[in-house]
Amino acid sequence: MSLLLILALATAPMADPTQEARAQALENEIRCVVCQNEPISQSTADIAVDMRRLVRERIAAGDSDEQIRSFFRERYGDFVLLRPPMDPRTWALWAAPLALAAFGLIAVWSSSRRKPGAEALAPEEGER
Amino acid sequence: MIPELGLFAAILALTLCLAQGVLGLSFARARVSAAAAACAQMAALMVLVAFVCLITAYVRSDFSVAVVAANSHTDKPLIYKIAGAWGNHEGSMLLWCFVSSVFGAVLSLTRGDQSESLWRKAVGVQGLVTAGALGYTIFLSDPFARLWPAPLQGAGLNPLLQDPALAAHPPMLYLGYVGMSVPFSLAIAALLEGRADQAWAKALRPWTLIAWTCLTLGIALGSYWAYYELGWGGWWFWDPVENASFMPWLAACALVHSAIVTERRGSLASWTILLAILGFGFALLGTFLVRSGVLTSVHAFAVDPKRGIAVLVLLGVALGAGFGLYAWRAPKLAKPSGFAALSRESLLVWNNFGLAVAAGVVLIGTLYPLLVEAAGGGLISVGPPFFNITVGPLLGLLFLVLPLGPMLSWRKGDLASLKRVLPAALGGVVTLAAALWLAHGRAWPAIGLAIGVWLILGGVVYLWTRASRGGGFKLLALPLAVWSMSAAHIGAGVLTLGAVAETAFRMESAANMAPGQTIDFAGHRVTLMDVGEVEGPNYSAERGEFRVEHNGAAQALSAERRFYPTSSMPTTEVGILSTLEGDFYLALGDVTRSAGGPQTYSVRLYYNPLLQCIFLGAGLMALGGVLSLVALARRRTATP
Repeated sequence: MSLLLILALATAPMADPTQEARAQALENEIRCVVCQNEPISQSTADIAVDMRRLVRERIAAGDSDEQIRSFFRERYGDFVLLRPPMDPRTWALWAAPLALAAFGLIAVWSSSRRKPGAEALAPEEGER
Repeated sequence: MIPELGLFAAILALTLCLAQGVLGLSFARARVSAAAAACAQMAALMVLVAFVCLITAYVRSDFSVAVVAANSHTDKPLIYKIAGAWGNHEGSMLLWCFVSSVFGAVLSLTRGDQSESLWRKAVGVQGLVTAGALGYTIFLSDPFARLWPAPLQGAGLNPLLQDPALAAHPPMLYLGYVGMSVPFSLAIAALLEGRADQAWAKALRPWTLIAWTCLTLGIALGSYWAYYELGWGGWWFWDPVENASFMPWLAACALVHSAIVTERRGSLASWTILLAILGFGFALLGTFLVRSGVLTSVHAFAVDPKRGIAVLVLLGVALGAGFGLYAWRAPKLAKPSGFAALSRESLLVWNNFGLAVAAGVVLIGTLYPLLVEAAGGGLISVGPPFFNITVGPLLGLLFLVLPLGPMLSWRKGDLASLKRVLPAALGGVVTLAAALWLAHGRAWPAIGLAIGVWLILGGVVYLWTRASRGGGFKLLALPLAVWSMSAAHIGAGVLTLGAVAETAFRMESAANMAPGQTIDFAGHRVTLMDVGEVEGPNYSAERGEFRVEHNGAAQALSAERRFYPTSSMPTTEVGILSTLEGDFYLALGDVTRSAGGPQTYSVRLYYNPLLQCIFLGAGLMALGGVLSLVALARRRTATP
């Protein structure tokens, strides 16, 4: 039992540094299913430890990042992905930043057109 | 008796605030204005009485008061008994009312050079805002409700919250949230009056600075607390509760800048008004999100929706009135005053563009899971990866143009003045190259670090240019306003460095250690010397003593796990060795007892590079806010 715990807690770094980097990146994107709002990389819950070990096992078995994400998604649902998947439900979410930026650009552009031209101010006044 | 007195004072304050609202928004007579101001001051006094009554109930451990029984305990140290008064829903709402009424009183005492009728209307609107909060508190979350029979002992405060940073965190945050109510009142008054001139913006500026500075400090305190108390080495999680405070911060930050443009140059007045309304909307939304339980789940909200719906109604009334008035009156305010595409105004417009879009993205990301769930689309999560790839680059772009702004003159700038920032740009490029090389080609962290250096050097270059203007080098004779701007901008750069370094290069490890065992981690040699039992005032703890060797020097470090009898959940007190270079961070976990073998403890180790830069940066930003307030106050006394 104690041996098992030692193995579980010390999710040993993977031998290959690129694999280790992938594991850490994935662990930041997968949500611990029993915690309030934490990725498995930060949680100390037992299940998060198990999930971290699963990530490393899948990487060692040669799965791609996308395969690992869908592996967790099939098991625990969309909820487990902190990076929401791209599907009809989330199109609006992913489009929102671009839409807001476009809206802002149009607002800035249209208001700048309404303004009269500007003459340079005297240096002292311009600096105040 | 004392709780009843408190409730009575609160009801009296509600009446006074309603009178303040009616008087402020009615006839334009000098006497009526004076009466509205007197109501505002009396109301603040009454809410103070109510607040003192609640604190008294906590200090005396009067468990016949329901909130005291639910949140306090006789064993608690006095300071946490007092802080307990606002560590729960009911008490924090009373704090909200207290801050709002005090701000109303201060507003009623500082007319400045605003027109009498505009100032009177602002006092009136502030009265209605406080009345809304008081009505909510009295009728839906009464902090003075009695409990019968009174229990002999209280249930105790969540032990995680028994901490100095967390005792100060809610009041700071509320000062910021409620601070946004005064710009809102001034904005509504300007719309009613049909005028937003430079005197109005001058009255607005100190309030936006107070709100922004308090939000900065409040968020930093909360983040610092999460860093050392929660025990997993992180400081910002894009948690909905954090987002709820980040949105008003972004809006306040934009408002601080747009109010400068309106005050100095008279332009952007209607945008400043819209931003003031939006900022208060974000502050109310923050209160709603945190207090309604809607964040845990749409279902948790549905169990007891009364309070949540009431906050939503208040939010709807405030925003509805604000936007309605804005749509009706703002076109009349439009006072075109031009500026060139290359001018300080125009760069401040881009600042506002970046901050406002960022606030919008955070809003949508925070609410999106709720919307999907409410629409029957199941549970989804919108977490750090979403915010990091959307808000991150947006703020990065904003920071890229930031150092250019102060170099340009108002109205029409020239390219020649931009050449002075070349040294800062050079510093950024060198950092980029060095970071790319050291981080083995990881582009995003390298860009982030370069932006941080560019911001810091940009601030230094600005100070240098101002000091060396007109011959000689007069750094100490520079106006306070120059120092405040540089401090805040350099702070943003320092924070960026820390945030990028911590996010991209943190190291972590976990190990099971028996006393006497040594492990190596991130250039540190860590030995667990001993684990012992410690008794605190209202908890018992396991304390691990560690010896940490680094660069030939050894230091002692301890970490605790505390057990409070009033709570089933143990809490962690982490051990941190801070240097400017980075934090070595260590947390003690569960004990493992195995037959035959020695007792081992799980230990989690983190190395967070440049972490202190995050809090140092936030501190510099807040210092910038304070210096700017002092500069404004001095100017007010100098030119009456």
